[in-house]
Amino acid sequence: MADQNESNTVQPHISNDVDITSVAYEKVDQPGAKSLWAQLQGFWVTFITMFKKVNTVQYPEVKEPTAERFHGRHQLNRHPDGLEKCIGCELCAWACPADAIYVEGADNTPDNQMSPGERYGKVYQINYLRCVFCGLCIEACPTRALTMTNEYELADSTRAKLIFEKDDLLGPLRAGMLPPPHPMYPGMTDTNYYNGDVKEAHPSQEIK
Amino acid sequence: MTTTQENPTTQAVELITVVIDGFEVSVPKGTLVIRAAEKLGIQIPRFCDHPLLDPVGACRQCLVDIEINGRAFPKPQASCTIPVEPNMIVKTQLTSAVAEKAQRGVMELLLVNHPLDCPVCDKGGECPLQNQAMSTGNGETRFEGVKRTFEKPVAISSQVLLDRERCVLCARCTRFSDQIAGDPFITLNERGALQQVGIYENQPFESYFSGNTVQICPVGALTGATYRFRARPFDLVSTPSACEHCASGCDMRTDVRRGKTLRRLAGDDAAVNEEWNCDKGRWAFKYVTAVDRLTTPLIRGADGVLAPASWPEAIAAAASGLKGKRAAVLVGGRATTEDAYGYNKFARIALGTNDIDFRARVTTDEERDFLAAKVVGSTTTYRDIDIADHVVLVGFEPEEESPIVFLRINKQVRKRALKVSAVATKLSIGVEKLKGEFIKVAPGAESAAVAGLPLTAKSIILVGERASETIGLLSAVVALGDKSGAKIAWIPRRAGERGALEAGAIGNLLPGGRPVSDAAARVDIAAVWGVPSLPASPGRTTSEIVSALNSGDLDAVVIGGVDPLDMANSAQVLAGLKKSFVVSLEIAPSAVTDVADVVLPVAAITEKSGSFLNWEGRPRAFDSAVADSLNRSDLRILSALADQMGESIMLGTVTQAAREISSLGKWDGARANFATVSAIGANKISGNEALLNSWRRLLDLGTMQKGEANLAGTARKAVAVISPKRAEILGVKDGDMLRVSNAHGAISLPALVEDIHDDAVWVPRNSFGTQTLISLNAVHGDVVTVVKA
Repeated sequence: MADQNESNTVQPHISNDVDITSVAYEKVDQPGAKSLWAQLQGFWVTFITMFKKVNTVQYPEVKEPTAERFHGRHQLNRHPDGLEKCIGCELCAWACPADAIYVEGADNTPDNQMSPGERYGKVYQINYLRCVFCGLCIEACPTRALTMTNEYELADSTRAKLIFEKDDLLGPLRAGMLPPPHPMYPGMTDTNYYNGDVKEAHPSQEIK
Repeated sequence: MTTTQENPTTQAVELITVVIDGFEVSVPKGTLVIRAAEKLGIQIPRFCDHPLLDPVGACRQCLVDIEINGRAFPKPQASCTIPVEPNMIVKTQLTSAVAEKAQRGVMELLLVNHPLDCPVCDKGGECPLQNQAMSTGNGETRFEGVKRTFEKPVAISSQVLLDRERCVLCARCTRFSDQIAGDPFITLNERGALQQVGIYENQPFESYFSGNTVQICPVGALTGATYRFRARPFDLVSTPSACEHCASGCDMRTDVRRGKTLRRLAGDDAAVNEEWNCDKGRWAFKYVTAVDRLTTPLIRGADGVLAPASWPEAIAAAASGLKGKRAAVLVGGRATTEDAYGYNKFARIALGTNDIDFRARVTTDEERDFLAAKVVGSTTTYRDIDIADHVVLVGFEPEEESPIVFLRINKQVRKRALKVSAVATKLSIGVEKLKGEFIKVAPGAESAAVAGLPLTAKSIILVGERASETIGLLSAVVALGDKSGAKIAWIPRRAGERGALEAGAIGNLLPGGRPVSDAAARVDIAAVWGVPSLPASPGRTTSEIVSALNSGDLDAVVIGGVDPLDMANSAQVLAGLKKSFVVSLEIAPSAVTDVADVVLPVAAITEKSGSFLNWEGRPRAFDSAVADSLNRSDLRILSALADQMGESIMLGTVTQAAREISSLGKWDGARANFATVSAIGANKISGNEALLNSWRRLLDLGTMQKGEANLAGTARKAVAVISPKRAEILGVKDGDMLRVSNAHGAISLPALVEDIHDDAVWVPRNSFGTQTLISLNAVHGDVVTVVKA
């Protein structure tokens, strides 16, 4: 080795204290590998496992539920009367370490009341190419408008499709909800909404 | 006024030494404790304190412990209202537990009724209350009651919204309106817990300076309708910029989100705008993103229709149309100094002519000589207003035409009762606020009134661009200046006029104020530009160019940033343009586009860098606020055009132009002489005839105010003003419709009976419902007929 290296102008730095050849090629005695008993022990584990409950899941034919608090796709929630909870405050965007959220707020007007109070989120985008599912956004949300679902199937064929718009993120209209825009529940303020005093839509809220 | 930023020069000030938190500091007598502490770098929390407003001690947040000559005040004192005194020992929250506890207590009380709606509040993220609640407040509230609520938001004007729940009653807005703007439209109503900011019932808050109240509000109580809920501070990319709207030259900050300007704020420049600006500068920025922007070059084809073209095609078409032709250049007063310099160099090298004029308005040769003799290179500044003994306004309405000049005069009027005289036909709201002497003259007869003014060498005459509309008025001003030694300052309306003048975008001057007629000056410039010689005969003025286009003495014109409808004879201008080969450089389609042969789209102010010279001649440089704009500056396009014509002007970038301008320097040779023109006097009238008097209002139909409805909502109503005597003769009262007409056309407006010369009628020049120049084709002093409609 030393003779070969002498022809090189650049000498690799090798410590003088350790003979590396002796360390790398030292023969280790492995008695277990030879023993038939030891081999039978190993096959026994395989054999027993054949009769145990199978852990493998035939995904995507079979889908197991995730853990209860799994961080999946986000959802923008609604108040029980259907108005959006998002007020467009951008605190989620502020909290996001990956800069995955883009929000633009706007004024609620009498003709276009999307959420209780003065302000609603006009544009709401989450870029799932950037999102790291850390959940800081849902912690930041002051109205519990943004939560995470357990949905994890977030693959698609183009980058553009992975930027989810408000329509993609809004939760479904459940029983008793009216699609916004519509006026606030009669006699209720935005504080009542946050306190959960509104249980369902009032007939007068429906825009004919 | 507080004292620290006043009088930076002159007499020695008495210094007083005080001890703050164990550190000694010497400050001028009269300095407030809070500012002495600032000098040491000790930050005392505050809301109501503002260095440019009178101290009021309204919020009580700045409480400190004070001891004088060994005797302590029994209770903590507001450091924003107490001036320093000898042997004063101050302990702030940093060293005094009492002060610290007092500040926490005040903060707790302020937060009792303050809503916890930071997520929906525009101020969130840049809010002094948020910040100081973190630094000086308790983490948890002890308050368990119900917070006071009000209906919200209340629109106190179409631009400014008030949320009374958030107000901490610091009285900054009311003090600003009262002390700085002189429009006490908002005030504090009610008392105790119900105290609130309100407007006078019968008078809307229609101040030209209302935007400043939004900027200085230390909480989110006052918000601007345009910026409301649009963004958070961390979304915005801020660029220091300069205002493109008038010649005041405000320092500004432009906040952009994703390539779109969302708001503009007044910058901080003690020598110019202090910390204020006007509503036009603050809110009129949407024209840049207006839908009708030109984005691609257009060429008029054989079929007479403008069709989109590529840049090389358009440049080639423009070059071949201009090459070898007798061509002139018209550049409006909106171009930056660098762009104006580009137009000037293009005219003189590529077109080989001195036919260039930046004045797209009513102009005279008298004005051109006045600019060459008295304005170019002049060094009158805002400071001269501060120390003047008498300010005279001639053809100039500061509140409408240069609002920061108005604020500066108003400051001195309030501080030391500065004498203001206005030679005008109508007593304006602005002059009334300045408590000015109104020298009433008939339109056209100003010269005689100016000649008799008793001025001293410390006086200053502020001349507006409208002075050129009266023959002989500028001569009278010059004579008065020569006789009394008073300073003369010319304050144009547009931001780029002074820069264009200094850059040589006028027929009788080369850059730096060099007279074209001076051979040495021409050699100077030719040497720097690397050309053998420059055209020697002084160029045509705007009106001469127009008539030459009409008569066929000129074949082509390069026109940039000019609206023919701003000129008195717009029909003639358009006819002249129609006959000629027109290369138009514009941001949006205009009347010129309809007659142009080649249209080249240019960058708007936020999309390019450059500088303006304000009326003082002070450079106001700015950078592009929108980084990734594809639009090119006028300069770059002209340079490409010159290259294509084979007459290179070598100005590829703004930096290059700026460097070349500064390397040229100012002219040190003899100035052009001013040839006095004698006054003609007012036109004769009889019967129902009247002399027209008019000016443009700050908020009107200006092209650069497009797309901003909230701003337009606070524009002053269009009215026709007549004197009580004429009203009696016509039998009209306020609000009755008047018909102002001449041979060209007519306009109908509601009457307003005010203090105006009996021979005159005043109408706004370009306001909603009245475009005087277009409808009447009449200017200042022309005879019109006024009858009851």
